[in-house]
Amino acid sequence: MSVIVAENISKKYIIDHKNLRSGSTIRDWFSETGKRLFSRQGKDGSTSSKEEFWALKDVDFKIEHGDRVGIVGHNGAGKSTLLKVLSRITEPTTGRVSIKGRVASLLEVGTGFHPELTGRENIYLNGAVLGMTTHEIKKSFDAIVDFAGVERFLDTPVKRYSSGMYVRLGFAIAAHLEPEILIVDEVLAVGDAEFQKKSLGKMRDVSESGRTILFVSHNLTAVQSLCNKAFYFEKGQLLEQGDTTHIVSTYLSRVSRKSLEHIWDDLSKAPGNHQVRMKSLKLIPDYRDELTHIDVRTPMKLSCEFWNYEDNAMLNLSIHLYAYTGECIFNIGTRAQRFSKGLVGAVCDIPGNFLNDGSYVISIMVVKDTSEVLFNLEEAITFDIQDYREGVTWYGKWPGYIRPQLNFSISQTEPVPND
Amino acid sequence: MSRNITIKPGGSAREYWLDLWEHRQLLWILSKRDISVRYKQTLLGIAWSVIRPLATMIVMTIAFSVIAKLKPDTGVPYPLMVLGGITIWTFFANTFTQISNSITLNSNLVAKVYFPRLIMPLSAVSVGFVDFMIAFVLYLLISIVGYGYWPSSNIVFLPFFLILTFITAFGFGLFFAAVNVRFRDIGQLIPFLVQVGIYACPIAYSSQMVAGTWWYQYHLLNPVVSLVDGFRWCLLGNNAYFDPRSLYSTVIVSTIALFLSIAYFRKKESSFVDHL
Repeated sequence: MSVIVAENISKKYIIDHKNLRSGSTIRDWFSETGKRLFSRQGKDGSTSSKEEFWALKDVDFKIEHGDRVGIVGHNGAGKSTLLKVLSRITEPTTGRVSIKGRVASLLEVGTGFHPELTGRENIYLNGAVLGMTTHEIKKSFDAIVDFAGVERFLDTPVKRYSSGMYVRLGFAIAAHLEPEILIVDEVLAVGDAEFQKKSLGKMRDVSESGRTILFVSHNLTAVQSLCNKAFYFEKGQLLEQGDTTHIVSTYLSRVSRKSLEHIWDDLSKAPGNHQVRMKSLKLIPDYRDELTHIDVRTPMKLSCEFWNYEDNAMLNLSIHLYAYTGECIFNIGTRAQRFSKGLVGAVCDIPGNFLNDGSYVISIMVVKDTSEVLFNLEEAITFDIQDYREGVTWYGKWPGYIRPQLNFSISQTEPVPND
Repeated sequence: MSRNITIKPGGSAREYWLDLWEHRQLLWILSKRDISVRYKQTLLGIAWSVIRPLATMIVMTIAFSVIAKLKPDTGVPYPLMVLGGITIWTFFANTFTQISNSITLNSNLVAKVYFPRLIMPLSAVSVGFVDFMIAFVLYLLISIVGYGYWPSSNIVFLPFFLILTFITAFGFGLFFAAVNVRFRDIGQLIPFLVQVGIYACPIAYSSQMVAGTWWYQYHLLNPVVSLVDGFRWCLLGNNAYFDPRSLYSTVIVSTIALFLSIAYFRKKESSFVDHL
């Protein structure tokens, strides 16, 4: 039985380059409208700075009762818009969706919490906001408090809560919703590792109880462990749907193919200056075991070619690797060497089992006489490393920027003597 | 509560009102939230609901009775006339202001959960109403204990005037609430309107003073005039000046405003989230 049937749903946003959106004032509106009126007969088309943007385009799907559907795609692919449409926060521009059963959507933890109210009051408030009746909240009150672990602070205003307690309480309430269809957005991205584990476990319980779940997450490990089906969105369209493992690997291979290679055939458009100019920059993953995406095990080769326009120049190439958050993970340089005019190439091996999963950015620098920076190409390549685990039943984010496999052994040094 | 829903542009009106009914518990809980949060982290707490109208009454009495020497209606003590006016005006102004700001103040809810958005302006009434009840008791105390002035038998009409006040505030406030989402100018405009209103409406003076003038007909067009005069007429009896003709504009204007505002609000509410 299909519980959700979406037919041709599209959602259009008008992007206004004059920034006439939230918080705009009537004066802006008047001046805009005035300009539009007067420019009608004029030839100046520049005032019509509005642009249509389809956050969702002709999306069709059916979801069966008991399905656990993971929704994957890049930022801006339309995942969140889809959830907003399904949870009725915003209306689709065209198309229709019919939903059978009670829906609860969890797009944020602790929606509507009021900082001045106590934990107890906020449980009732948030529960009601999420669509629970007072009777239902009363029934699961103890379980919620227990799950969140906030017994001692029930009568404390939540503004005094630590951020961890706040999130736990929010999730605990949502976890005790009993809808037939549950819509969840990135909720697992919050909280510490311990809490993520707990909430993932709870999600699994919910899914095993036969309810229908729609789940958006960037945590592909969580999607894979939780969902039996997946949708892959790109640019507002539902590109592919099917079995989770298949969709996740399609998604990953598309991601990694995206921007790992830059080849500048046209010299005039290549980045550089009168001393050096880039020719190519490639990050070449050495895929093993029929893998089509980079994961923590994959060794990579970074190769770079550039034109040197100066004879007898003492040059070396330097690489910075940054985490997406901006911290530099390492900086490595080649030995300096004399080059005559012409093409210069450099290769760097980045071993597998070295970087942790996450997003990384590489910058390239050409240095003269080991001190003068001739050219610096920032954010030359960005790439993602996916998670891979074996023999671990924990799905939280693995901490750290690097994930080396060091010699690390454990053994029983002395058994307890038998008596 | 399990039923089938269809999501499509426009949506159906019947489903909307049914939804609103099903969310009545949320209305109650949001109202309670607003009330219990009102005086958090204040030293005097709920006493403010008493202090404010009392202080305004004293200031107005000094300014308009002692200094400007305005006359009350015959047989009515001036401070009592002012206090009556302030009590109903404050109810109107607070309710109106809170309704106008209800959507923008709850923007976090609008962005993350669905419920009929009409719940927010409706629940915004609660605080103003509680404040009114307190101010009303204060009025009765001062009137009876301080001036020996018992409410007249006209008080049976009081609920009528209160409901009319609510409808007027809701009709105008709802429109402003929807516009406020897109144009935050409304947030600036409202305190100004309230300030003008306190002089445009017969609060510190009696409508009787205006009665002879050429602009009296325009005075009667102000929908709030009958609310203030009527409220005082209920409490102070026939001594208080009340021209029943002023009711025409109130009833007509408020009813039209209410229906137009609901229609406008319904049309705009599905796109609130895109502007917050």
